[in-house]
Amino acid sequence: MDIPQIKKAPKVYDVAIIGSGAGGGMAAYQLSKAGANVVLLEAGGYYDPADPKYITQLKWPYESPRRGAGTTRAFGDFDAAYGGWEIEGEPYSAVKGTEFHWFRSRMLGGRTNHWGRISLRFGPDDFKRKSMTGIGEDWPLGYDDFAPYYDKVDKLIGVFGSKEGLKNEPDGIFLPPPKPRLHELMLKKAGKNIGIPVIPSRLSILTKTINNERGACFYCAQCGRGCQAYADFSSSSVLCIPAVKTGKVTLINNAMAREVLTDAKTGLSTGVSYVDTVSMTEQTVQAKVVVLAASTCETARLLLNSKSARFPNGLANSSGVVGKYLNDSTGASRGAFIPALMDRKRYNEDGVGGMHVFTPWWLDNSKLDFPRGYHIEYGGGMGMPMYGFGMGIEGLNGKVAGRDGKMKPAGGYGAGLKDDYRRFYGAYIGMAGRGEPVPLESNYCEIDPNTVDKYGIPTLRFNYKWSDAEVKQAKHMQDTFEEIIHALGGMPMGNKPGPENNYGLEAPGKIIHEVGTARMGSDPKNSVLNKYSQAHDVKNLFVVDAAAFPSQGDKNVTWTILANSWRVSDYIIDQVKQKNI
Amino acid sequence: MKRRDSLKTITLSSLGLAGLNPQIAAAETLTPPDVKPVKIPGGRQKFEAERDAKLMAEKFFTPQELQTLTVLSDIIIPADSRSGSASQAGVPAFIEFMVKDQPRLQTPFRGGLRWLDNQMVKRYGKKFAECLKAQQIEMVELIAYPEKATPEVSQGVSFFNLMRGFTATGFFTSQMGIKDIGYMGNTPNQWEGPPADVLKQYGLTGNE
Ligand SMILES: Cc1cc2nc3c(=O)[nH]c(=O)nc-3n(C[C@H](O)[C@H](O)[C@H](O)COP(=O)(O)OP(=O)(O)OC[C@H]3O[C@@H](n4cnc5c(N)ncnc54)[C@H](O)[C@@H]3O)c2cc1C
Ligand code: SF4
Repeated sequence: MDIPQIKKAPKVYDVAIIGSGAGGGMAAYQLSKAGANVVLLEAGGYYDPADPKYITQLKWPYESPRRGAGTTRAFGDFDAAYGGWEIEGEPYSAVKGTEFHWFRSRMLGGRTNHWGRISLRFGPDDFKRKSMTGIGEDWPLGYDDFAPYYDKVDKLIGVFGSKEGLKNEPDGIFLPPPKPRLHELMLKKAGKNIGIPVIPSRLSILTKTINNERGACFYCAQCGRGCQAYADFSSSSVLCIPAVKTGKVTLINNAMAREVLTDAKTGLSTGVSYVDTVSMTEQTVQAKVVVLAASTCETARLLLNSKSARFPNGLANSSGVVGKYLNDSTGASRGAFIPALMDRKRYNEDGVGGMHVFTPWWLDNSKLDFPRGYHIEYGGGMGMPMYGFGMGIEGLNGKVAGRDGKMKPAGGYGAGLKDDYRRFYGAYIGMAGRGEPVPLESNYCEIDPNTVDKYGIPTLRFNYKWSDAEVKQAKHMQDTFEEIIHALGGMPMGNKPGPENNYGLEAPGKIIHEVGTARMGSDPKNSVLNKYSQAHDVKNLFVVDAAAFPSQGDKNVTWTILANSWRVSDYIIDQVKQKNI
Repeated sequence: MKRRDSLKTITLSSLGLAGLNPQIAAAETLTPPDVKPVKIPGGRQKFEAERDAKLMAEKFFTPQELQTLTVLSDIIIPADSRSGSASQAGVPAFIEFMVKDQPRLQTPFRGGLRWLDNQMVKRYGKKFAECLKAQQIEMVELIAYPEKATPEVSQGVSFFNLMRGFTATGFFTSQMGIKDIGYMGNTPNQWEGPPADVLKQYGLTGNE
């Protein structure tokens, strides 16, 4: 067999960035604006939410033969995620008795094309959980290091919200929030009665224009499909495409990075080898600085696969910590039927592509039997009917009186049933808790000794189990959901999840906020990166995705990825100017 | 980028350059030469468009099975003063597509239809679609109410639940059904909160 011939591209870029999601897009944008020659390697194809080739926004369910079902896309036919939990030819595995689900989007902008746009800052406490509780890990940084960057991200990208002055839910520079929908007003009122705060949500959606490149939201509720007006944040539309327009960025799509290359003598990174997934050929790019942004688990995979005589455990892994402390948000949910919302007047209730209100963490963990908090996200309203609409009505229509005030048997058929669908439309509410887990050394990903993907790249094997801390938190979520449902005068749907299924706690990975596999720290013995997200072992190697995060708060992580990537980009520029790298 | 995309469709070997890089030549032989190009609609990935086209070209249900699905779906959602019936909204064709799209649905549907026909032959000597309307309704009454149904027809209840669910989804996601349910969105607008009369109806001010 021929040994694959490796073509050497002669050009040496200032920076090679692997991955074009939140972290990679921001680094490409900042570094190119600062004048650096950047090569951006993206495993997926090109994507622009304003190009008709890719647009699904404003399509009707009947334009999909499966009415939007998630057969080939996890979140439905119209969702802007090319990829999912399983990608053909790119397997991963888990050690027996453990579980991890890995969501990947293969496209320009990565998972930011369809993410929920919930854009929360970490609070001061979120950076020092170990000092506060004795478990977990502190960041080598504090809120004050991040605050100026959160401000800059707010201004560059745009986020709506309200000033609340809450201690661990820092306010940002907010655009006006959309008015609550009907069920959201009911939630606010119910919350007041039982002492649970319900405040305007914080989403990166432009309720007002902020520049000439992007339009304002026109309230179609479809951010998950990607916005052709660029009125929501996607790394593709807001960072990558403008970065390419500077003329300083060479974007290479369909470039699946295999390894970071290093110089055997100096131990510095020299570039990246990748597979061109269209021609299936091996390629390399050379660069003076390498920035990893392929998402938390893929970044760990790249480091562990970049083995050499000098780095036998994988690159930047003298600590042995790469892959460890992997942690995802917890999640549990419950639905309810609200009889008061039956027979609603019809009007366009789409609003923005997400909730208009949410509940930030409101309790004190030192008085509870679990160490970390959670927030609650809400759903509901008269949305577009999609695949699944009306299924399972037999679980409900026997429990509420008909128009004549009489009960009828569950299920049924005919004119009466047809009328039930109309009566129940828009009368459901969903709530989902999203909580902070305790990062553990025993939760990790590693290279599977037995498996490679279709490119011949060794794959990941996960080892992840929830601990008691997360299970108890899920129990608390379930109790809270019922309390809220009762305060709303609603009927909880299904049975209350109990100990038999960990109180409905979702399997690790399912909430898609994974962080921690190459964490920052001041001690090179138990961390991979210093506080600038720079590898302790390799000074021209940086990580700008959430692999760098020692913990994640109960805040969805992307706003902090963006702030950190900007902060690290500034540091790279500074270090280059000072000739340190 | 656009240029890159168009370049993808031109193969290097078709330009006579195969000798240049053996890897590219090898990669190209991996693509079977006889795949028909499928038109890719906006918003679809290539593999999805090809998959959809293939499924559309296949047939799963027999004409007799489709006939039964049609009758059943119209019993579940009949026409009324506001809108048409399930079959008028294309429900049988939707179910036909779904069972090809998600093959795990094939046995519950095909088997359920068989179960039903078998019951009808035992009771009335004919298959469901050929029975009188009154006989069909008599049978449906036995399986349409999960909490009242007898254990002997429990499989029929499961099938009818499945059928009811797919009929509802198929109907209310159609143009006719969306109009019926009164969904008014999917169009650019300015959201200003619930209308005043709605706030009043619920005793809300909008500033809760
Ligand atoms: C349904 C859903 C809802 C979400 N909602 C929210 C939310 O509301 N708020 C929030 O904060 N977060 C949310 N998230 C999470 C959010 O999407 C991620 O935190 C964020 O996208 C991570 O950014 P990233 O840059 O690390 O990685 P990604 O966005 O995953 O981007 C990584 C990129 O790298 C590319 N890549 C991977 N491997 C390679 C390789 N070997 N070579 C070259 N390129 C490679 C990928 O193709 C991808 O484009 C949500 C996620 C999902 C799936
Ligand atoms: S809700 Fe607004 S921002 Fe989101 S996709 Fe629709 S128009 Fe764009």
